[in-house]
Amino acid sequence: MKRFLEKLAEGALLLSGSITSITILLIVLFLFKEASGLFRSPVIEEGYVIALNKANTVKSLSSYEIKEIFDGEISNWAELGGKDEAIEVVRLSDLTNYYTEEELGAEFENIPAKASELTASHPGIVLFLPKQYLAKKFDGITLDKETIHPGDFFGGKEWYPTASPSAQFGLLPLLLGTLWVSLGAILLSLPFGIAVAVYLAEIATMRVRNILKPIIELLAGIPSVVYGFFGLVVLVPFLQKIFQLPVGETALAGSVVLAIMALPTIITVAEDAMRTTPRAMKEASLALGATHWQTIYKVIIPYSKSGITSAAVLGIGRAIGETMAVLMVTGNAAVIPHTLLEPVRTIPATIAAELGEAASGSAHYQALFALGCILFLITMVLSISVEFISKKQK
Amino acid sequence: MTPLDKTSKIDKRKRRSQFIAFTLFKLMSYSVVAMLILILGFITTKGIGVINWEFLTTAPQEGMTKGGIYPAIIGTLVLVLGSSLFSFPIGIMSGIYMNEYATNSKLAAFIRVMTNNLSGVPSVVFGLFGMALFVNTMGFGDSILAGSLTLGLLSLPLVIRTTEESLKAIDFSFREGSLALGATKLQTIRKVILPMAFPNIITGLILSIGRVSGETAPILFTVAAYFLPKLPHSIFDQVMALPYHLYVISTSGTDIEASRGIAYGTALVLIAIVLIVNLLANFLRTFFSKRVKMN
Repeated sequence: MKRFLEKLAEGALLLSGSITSITILLIVLFLFKEASGLFRSPVIEEGYVIALNKANTVKSLSSYEIKEIFDGEISNWAELGGKDEAIEVVRLSDLTNYYTEEELGAEFENIPAKASELTASHPGIVLFLPKQYLAKKFDGITLDKETIHPGDFFGGKEWYPTASPSAQFGLLPLLLGTLWVSLGAILLSLPFGIAVAVYLAEIATMRVRNILKPIIELLAGIPSVVYGFFGLVVLVPFLQKIFQLPVGETALAGSVVLAIMALPTIITVAEDAMRTTPRAMKEASLALGATHWQTIYKVIIPYSKSGITSAAVLGIGRAIGETMAVLMVTGNAAVIPHTLLEPVRTIPATIAAELGEAASGSAHYQALFALGCILFLITMVLSISVEFISKKQK
Repeated sequence: MTPLDKTSKIDKRKRRSQFIAFTLFKLMSYSVVAMLILILGFITTKGIGVINWEFLTTAPQEGMTKGGIYPAIIGTLVLVLGSSLFSFPIGIMSGIYMNEYATNSKLAAFIRVMTNNLSGVPSVVFGLFGMALFVNTMGFGDSILAGSLTLGLLSLPLVIRTTEESLKAIDFSFREGSLALGATKLQTIRKVILPMAFPNIITGLILSIGRVSGETAPILFTVAAYFLPKLPHSIFDQVMALPYHLYVISTSGTDIEASRGIAYGTALVLIAIVLIVNLLANFLRTFFSKRVKMN
């Protein structure tokens, strides 16, 4: 009986022990399941179809090409590898330019027939039509089987998730926005973090340390939304004033807020690493006549190099995944940034801002899960590299 | 110039560079402290005037420009409680398994890596995952249940790590002593190890409560309501929550300028929670370390 209980308890403990692994597995499963749907969803807005003239040699259009056509950026089929023919964009509302209201019918019952007729008679046409108006025997090519290509997502330079007729799910502006903000943050916080770590580990007296440590812990405890709020009411107007910007919500504001938020992580990890320096090494250096400062930068810092690297990587990981504070201060413009003084939009901020509006199961929803996958993969790689670095240290 | 003069000159230069470096480090450290004081001081001075009994006990009114934050306080408390009910038992058991049973095995190493990885997963990914699993697949909808489970998963690594560290701090001789007296492993853990580790575990749990109460991204799509003056009746209801409330009224409220005062008040309440949690944890740490002298 007793032995049975022991076994039972051990089983229950093992089950609890495996919960984190199960969670990771489930996260991978659900994220990738929803995200993979993106590459099966149609390029064109749900419920619509794009039709071309039968003689047109262009047989498929990518999401980006459709957008460029409807924006008027591409105006000749030759640009898409077709015949030299001007592109004629026709939406449902444009049909009245070709036919009178009587011809289309009082209840628009003639639209299917007329649309078919129009497509057959205009060689350069590209017609954007709700599926319900597609005639049974439509005289033209319809592009409704086109799905979003991985290249459209991974190489896409534009993020317009609600654009019509073809939404743009380009990863690049968001990825670059995330990297800019995070790198800015780490460049700001790393020097401070290491300086504070050295001060705490080597210079400060026990009493000062006992005061500073809880303060740094407190800095880590402040919720990100409070940092975001502080950034919004203090930092953003301040940056706008000193740099004379049209808007203060910029990548730089995000970097500064993230730098403050990443500090506790960097300080703690770097300080712990410096504390592991063997006493004998320090004493040997001092005995050879080196000053304390020389010992720090010639012995302690080189010895704790991998710990400091871990600190930097963990800080970057923290910065890349941070959501609320960044969402509140970076201005959220989904364009590829050129300077730190422009509004940017990061991956987590995009997910947080848009998931509420995206209908469950839509391409937009799936695209946001795809962003989640990217974020998850980045942080996984960072976590594993920290693991690797600290193993090397041992 | 005698060699001795030369040494003293080098000595002086070394001293000076040490002085400059140390002063710089000191200044940078104090500037970090100054930053914290700036943030706390700013929000406290702006928010303290807003906070009174009415603010803490009434619902928001007139498009959240007047009234209080009572439903959000209750919502956050409910979520903290719900997530703790999930993460504390499982996290503690997991920590016990890793430190007492699976020492040095490949499995333990694997679990440890996974736990570290989980703690690195961004909170917004937890939000996505919670939405896909609890809200949609399991059909809980936007509810306290879904939100609590999501927050619980998020705080698991912290609870596990705290438990593990607390257990690790207990000297091995206590285990050997208990086993030598004929106690089983389970008895040893229950009667000897856990009571000794208890103070440190509690401290860690309190800190994890602080973390959970401030999280916004995981509850965005799993439980948080924009405006809901009624209090929840069941675990399938939505609730308001303090961090989400602060986000909403400072970025997308009906009248952002008019609700600024309430935003400062809400931020101050959030900071107060974190302060209280940290002070409590520090107090317990010193209290117990004076009483229980182990090792």
